[in-house]
Amino acid sequence: MNLPPPAVNADSREFWEAARANRLLIKRCDACAKVFFPPSYLCPRCWSDKTSWLDSAGKGTVYSYTIMARAPAPEFAARVPYVVALIDLTEGPRVMANIVGPHALETAVGEQVAVCFEDRSEGWKVPQFQRAVA
Amino acid sequence: MSAGPGSELPLRNRTAIAGIGESDIGKLPHMSGLALTAQAAKRALDDAGLAVGDIDGLLTAYTLTEPFVMLGAVLCEYMGLKPRLCASMVAGGATPAILLGHAAAAIVTGRANCVLVCTGENRASGVSRDTAVSALASSFGHPYFEYPYGNSIPGSYAMIARRYMHEYGLTREQLAQVPVVTRRHAALHPNSHMKAPITVEDVIASKPIASPLNLLDCCLISDAAGACIVTSAARARDLAKPPVYLLGIGERHTHEYIVSAESLVRFGVTESGQDAYRMAGLGPEDIDIAQLYDCFSIVPILELEELGFCKTGEGGEFYAAGHAALTGRLPVNTHGGMLSHAHAGATGGMLGIIEAVAQLRGECGERQAARADTALVHNEGGILSSHCTAILGREPR
Repeated sequence: MNLPPPAVNADSREFWEAARANRLLIKRCDACAKVFFPPSYLCPRCWSDKTSWLDSAGKGTVYSYTIMARAPAPEFAARVPYVVALIDLTEGPRVMANIVGPHALETAVGEQVAVCFEDRSEGWKVPQFQRAVA
Repeated sequence: MSAGPGSELPLRNRTAIAGIGESDIGKLPHMSGLALTAQAAKRALDDAGLAVGDIDGLLTAYTLTEPFVMLGAVLCEYMGLKPRLCASMVAGGATPAILLGHAAAAIVTGRANCVLVCTGENRASGVSRDTAVSALASSFGHPYFEYPYGNSIPGSYAMIARRYMHEYGLTREQLAQVPVVTRRHAALHPNSHMKAPITVEDVIASKPIASPLNLLDCCLISDAAGACIVTSAARARDLAKPPVYLLGIGERHTHEYIVSAESLVRFGVTESGQDAYRMAGLGPEDIDIAQLYDCFSIVPILELEELGFCKTGEGGEFYAAGHAALTGRLPVNTHGGMLSHAHAGATGGMLGIIEAVAQLRGECGERQAARADTALVHNEGGILSSHCTAILGREPR
């Protein structure tokens, strides 16, 4: 079974469309400059409805991670064991991704990671991260 | 945010739990979720010495195993009730204690006299385990931003445990003490789902789920229901069992998905607890027993700290030193918690409320805590997202 493509709604469409072009988008409030993720209609700090997409440099630190030994759904079973991590981007927001690539299972809290893009079906891609030291 | 409404609101001492009921527990394919809930409700009503016609309010939670959206109305229909007040609330595991607060408010404001608070789900038999795990993952992981990464509920709590270990040096052995102590308590309860003793080695050797959590760090999946009857303190004093008073209650809601939790070692438990303590006029030093949410072994450790029972970073040692055991300084989850007694959706937290009442009444036989005048119950839902703390007592304050 193939790894699933992202689920797209009106809040997430631009994010996933950008990922197809190898871009990791986050949001910035035009009024108070808060940088945030996940995207939403209002700035979660000042409630301004003027917000803009911002290209993340795709660098971050592992805040925490787990190695999944049991998949939550059949489409992830072939990937087990895999790393799910929370990554603090240098711009501020925290995102979830898998740590993929060489020595991914040796991921540690606090280490540097960089974005990469993983192909899914129908041309969709998902932002993933690789260990900088790998 | 304001200091909190707890001290101004007239909820303290005004209502009481007059009846409690727990359904049969385990894997019970002959019982639907509605049937389990009705069974628990009947037992709670009998316990209170009340009649069906006395119930004029029903509050319930939700189900993931049966296709009912308006669960409150469905339960009223199923049990032949036509109450003046009914609602179904969805705050994950935090729901039961939250319902207790709404029941109390409804009674104090005259909107109902006698509220049946009930939850139940056939989560062990109603769906396959894969479907249950997958339903939970899609309910509690962000559907539009997290789904492609294959996270799960255990995965989220595992990341909390990992971060906590990184910051405070909690050892795997200390973490494993939580299910070990809890299982010992479950063995003393006649209705527990899992009673066979386990050791720290068993926990560490159990099947890996999401590192650092293994199977025995995770709650059970049970068929179970729980119910309690909430009424005015004055009325409860004339009923069959000694009343258990609601002394204080507090909530806090900070996020839903783990990616939006500001910290993985400090949640809204603190503020939820502070509001409850303020309303009760009590502090952690006044609490005799605690029924904490324990969907995963790391959770009661965090809750002990945020509720002020020990210092930050010392929750693991609290368990390892035996302070959470029945004979310890603060017996925790004396019925065996969700790790060993039962867990079925919102019912896990309800069974903690029921156990607190049974302990305060002194009905617990060989698992009776030596001192049980006050009890604290903490329920949490999502990924430590929604919180409700209730403080109960044998006497009004």
